[in-house]
Amino acid sequence: MHRMSIFAFAASLALPAAAADEDLKALREEIAQMKKTYEQRIEALEQRLAAAEAPKEKSQSPQDGGTRAGTAGGFNPEVSLILQGQYRRMKDVPERNITGYWPAGGHGGDERGFSVDNSELIVSANINPYFRGLLNVALKDGEAEVEEAWFQTLGLGNGFTLKGGRFLSGIGYINEHHPHAWDFADAPLMTKALFGEHYGQDGLQLKWVAPTDLFMEFGAEIGRGAGFPGTDRNQNGVGATSLFAHVGGDVGRSHAWRAGLSWLTTRAKNREAHFEDTDAAGPNEVEGLYSGRSRTWIADFVWKWAPEGNPKYRNLKLQAELFRRTEDGDLACASGVATSPCAGSPALGNLNTRQTGGYAQTVWQFMPRWRVGYRYDWLNAGSKRYDPATVFAALDPASAYFARYRPMRHTLMADWSLDEFSRLRLQFARDKSMQGVTDNQVTLQYIMSLGAHGAHKF
Amino acid sequence: MKRLFLLLLLLSAWPAQADLRVFACEPEWAALAKELGGDKVTVYAATHALQDPHRIEARPSLIARARNAQLVACTGAELEAGWLPQVLRESGNAAIQPGRPGYFEAAQFVARLEIPAKIDRSEGDVHASGNPHIQLDPRNLLAVAAPLAQRMGELDAASASFYAERHKAFADRMHAAIARWEREAAGLRGMRVIAQHKSFSYLFNWLGLVEAGTLEPKPGIEPGSAHLAQLVAQAKAQPVRLIVRTPFDSPRPGEWLAERSGLRLATLPFTVGGSERAQDLFGLFDDTIARLRAAP
Repeated sequence: MHRMSIFAFAASLALPAAAADEDLKALREEIAQMKKTYEQRIEALEQRLAAAEAPKEKSQSPQDGGTRAGTAGGFNPEVSLILQGQYRRMKDVPERNITGYWPAGGHGGDERGFSVDNSELIVSANINPYFRGLLNVALKDGEAEVEEAWFQTLGLGNGFTLKGGRFLSGIGYINEHHPHAWDFADAPLMTKALFGEHYGQDGLQLKWVAPTDLFMEFGAEIGRGAGFPGTDRNQNGVGATSLFAHVGGDVGRSHAWRAGLSWLTTRAKNREAHFEDTDAAGPNEVEGLYSGRSRTWIADFVWKWAPEGNPKYRNLKLQAELFRRTEDGDLACASGVATSPCAGSPALGNLNTRQTGGYAQTVWQFMPRWRVGYRYDWLNAGSKRYDPATVFAALDPASAYFARYRPMRHTLMADWSLDEFSRLRLQFARDKSMQGVTDNQVTLQYIMSLGAHGAHKF
Repeated sequence: MKRLFLLLLLLSAWPAQADLRVFACEPEWAALAKELGGDKVTVYAATHALQDPHRIEARPSLIARARNAQLVACTGAELEAGWLPQVLRESGNAAIQPGRPGYFEAAQFVARLEIPAKIDRSEGDVHASGNPHIQLDPRNLLAVAAPLAQRMGELDAASASFYAERHKAFADRMHAAIARWEREAAGLRGMRVIAQHKSFSYLFNWLGLVEAGTLEPKPGIEPGSAHLAQLVAQAKAQPVRLIVRTPFDSPRPGEWLAERSGLRLATLPFTVGGSERAQDLFGLFDDTIARLRAAP
């Protein structure tokens, strides 16, 4: 019985095995057949590929004689988008103004916690062989601000370039760089004090590069002059004029430098700032109004080191700018409160100021992807000449603007870039730009760029 | 003010050299322009062999040199996208703007490899026009030399026949050299090689070498240890004979891999000036092939 069952079991295994043998044979034949046809087809394809490649080596001649540029992203126009945001930890100060300085306004940068910066959308292209155009729009919550919208000549020759429209002024060094190209998460104090964030012009810029091996560039700009330190004055004439000169070159293979001197002159009409008045019934917030001339000198210097001119692995950048601003004009104040000494917008006499300051920073890439940097900002309250009897009859002498104080700030940063399109940054700052406040700030920032490469300025 | 204006006028009239002034983006095009132009050209090489042509800054010195150039000879195919457009625009030199005869892109005259089917940065820093490192296939140099000589002749008509003659002599020498190099490198066919970046695709394509992998996980992304470990395993499964890098790539990832896999790391000159022997275009290939043949 036992043996029988084993036999039956073995037979039950063997019988299908015999049937499977037949199947296997058929399968093998089928596979062999398929192999053969596929081999034939692959061979035919290889021959076609070889045939297609062979003449290509000689015949891929361009339609345009090789003068057309490959565009940065293979698109025309080039489109790029910058995404930027941060987490920021800092003190809660209601109105952040640099002590001793007329508030320049600007894009903020004083939101605490998580925030998103303006997303920059940049579209640019050569319009034809003679002109190039660029639009840079900053997008944020229901507003689209035109940061730049200009055309530039390509065909003037002899070293001349004319730019027209809205553009970032060529004065100084950092002014022409957009926030995503900055080495720190915020602008230097100097830039905040001088212009808010940038000095932009609606107007014309003419630049000339000298035909020398030493880089020498001279520029002049005329424009509307609506931006701080000027104001929009609704006039036919020129609102602001600037001049600048840049010199630069290499020292050996590993060093490059650029130095510049710039000058900006503009006028303000009823430029506003908040003050407290001396109302006996209790202080009111009133408008201080400045009208007059504003002149700014900026000296800038940049030195870059990259071993053998190859910045990919290690490089060092030193950057410093100094400024001197003189303003000669008149102060007034205005208030709607009947008891305020500023009711009826009284004139408060002359206000002549001279202020100086600057920043110096260094950024060191010590290994691929990683950079560290340090920046020192300092400003001087400078000299302000006015008639205290007249001014302090209306405005509170304790106003921050009249304080004799030296704002300063130390900033340390470390950033990590996977490649040139993405960057994460951690920054610590000890900000003493406001008298009586030592603000230890921590910023964790991301900068991502999508789309076309976009060549950066030196 | 008047004096300043006079000074400016004087300066703008200053460069009265007779030579054709060529601004070459890479050393190979500087070398080619010299081969074709001889003593009738003044060639400025914007980069040298120890620089990664992807990662150059638009330095003031480059703008100053572009200002005076009559011909800009570059690779194109977006290789210089990060700096050349800036240099050209800032130069104020109308003659060398894209679309003008003074602007020459070599990559447009050769059959480019690795033209991506999909352009997405998730694939790394890919170039829509294909791999731009075209100079390591000498047949590409021939393909570029003819239109370059012609362009030089158009810009400097007085020397056009001179350039044409020199081109013919160069092409003859190059044809002979290519035949010799191909004989010398016949034994290399099928050799499996790991490259740091996709810098040698044209060389491998020409000589029949097989790129078994790259140290960069994706173009432009720095090598990481996980990817390198994978390469070690890969090299064990399918034998590889050599790891190659350019003189400007960091030697570290290659050394790391060499240590763990027992493979040899070789530095190929990549362009003119990349090694002692690679002093001109002929030396470049002599040395490259010698270094490949020295592989164990």
